[in-house]
Amino acid sequence: MYDRTIRRRRLTLAALLAFSLLLLTVYFGESNGGALHNVQRGVFSVFAPIQEGASTVLKPARDLFGWFGDTINAKGRLSELERSNQQLRARSIAASDALRINSQLQGLLNLDNAGGLAAAKPVTARVIGQSPTVWYSTVTINQGSDSGIRTGNPVINGDGLVGQVSTVTGNAAIVTLISDGELAVPARVSAGGAEGIAQTGAGGPNDLRLKFIARRFRLDPGASVVTAGTVSTTPGLESLYPPGIPIGAVTRVVDPGTDAQKVYLRSYADLQRLEIIQVLTASINGNRR
Amino acid sequence: MNLNYRSLGWRLALICVVTIVFQVAAVSQVQILGVNADLVPLVAASVGLIVGSLPGAIFGFALGMLLDFALVETVGVASLILIAIGYGAGRLRELRDPQGAIVPLLVGATATAAAQLGFWLLTFLLGQTVPLGWALVWELLGTVALNAAIAIPVYLIVRRSLLAALPEDPRRRRRRAYTTGGLSPLSKS
Repeated sequence: MYDRTIRRRRLTLAALLAFSLLLLTVYFGESNGGALHNVQRGVFSVFAPIQEGASTVLKPARDLFGWFGDTINAKGRLSELERSNQQLRARSIAASDALRINSQLQGLLNLDNAGGLAAAKPVTARVIGQSPTVWYSTVTINQGSDSGIRTGNPVINGDGLVGQVSTVTGNAAIVTLISDGELAVPARVSAGGAEGIAQTGAGGPNDLRLKFIARRFRLDPGASVVTAGTVSTTPGLESLYPPGIPIGAVTRVVDPGTDAQKVYLRSYADLQRLEIIQVLTASINGNRR
Repeated sequence: MNLNYRSLGWRLALICVVTIVFQVAAVSQVQILGVNADLVPLVAASVGLIVGSLPGAIFGFALGMLLDFALVETVGVASLILIAIGYGAGRLRELRDPQGAIVPLLVGATATAAAQLGFWLLTFLLGQTVPLGWALVWELLGTVALNAAIAIPVYLIVRRSLLAALPEDPRRRRRRAYTTGGLSPLSKS
């Protein structure tokens, strides 16, 4: 009895497998118009409306599970996009940083070429520290005496005069900005040639003024002010600043045409956002014009 | 096991049709993590596990045939694979009669993996284009994991559907053997 059961089971299994293989062979061997293909099309045509009905009926369930699937997929996609976004943001920041630095270096290069400052042995440095006070009167740079920088060297950026070196160590230096009241720069108005001293007034770092302008000079807002260079012919009285470095533009004039006229300037260099600067380490012809 | 063949046959036929319709009309259209569940090997394995190797093999054959006809696929491919799955699950029950709650999950996952690899192999042997590489591995593992997650509910639904056609539920029968049949076989000896 047991053997018969086993035999029957094995026989049935073999028959099923053989029948499947036979169907497979026939199906594979016949053309599209063959009997098995026709039966398949017939079954399909019967089955298709059932599928369609079932599809309609099951749509809510499908949507529900689809929503779960979509949510899981969306979460995976979200984290993937967040990663991608972080990478792109980092690249974007690096690119804009490079653009900004490039623009500053380009400005410095232009100023060196136009002002003939290349001969003044400019040393390019990066600002690594800034005075924490609201006055922003000093910055620390990453080059020092090892690079040939000495106290009193003028400092410029791509926009114009920044200040002068006040303290030097081997690999760093402190630059006093022109917004510091202690600093006085011989200056000249480009149009007209009026000469005076550019110095920050009592009003603070934004109160840059052009002082000691003779009454005969009438200055208009917008006029450019540059460094005057050495004016005196007396040895030992050379200016620290080469001539022609842009300082700022006249913003307004109070009491014009009088001995007490006050000329206000706006610095070309943005002293609160200094990154790349140049220290002019050599004077050319005593900084004379 | 005294089976009510007529009732069982009708129930299996109904399960066969419902499985194919549900798979084609709903389950195949829901993707989770890029893969979708495959009820067909799960149901074939569940039937084999519940009713035994021979009915399991016949059910696998019918299920595969209907699947190939419904999807207009090469007739015989799914049948070959599902016969093996239904028969294998049935033999497991007949030889080992595993009772652990996790058995349907393990059998379902194994059946799914076997079905996936079997389809891939047969398609390859028939000279058709088959995918290769990590996409295939991901598809295989994803489907196995998804099917493992739903294997126990599918098994319970199939068992519930067939329960009335079976003489006794195996677990109930075993419990009754010790509680109502007097002494246990150990004390008899």
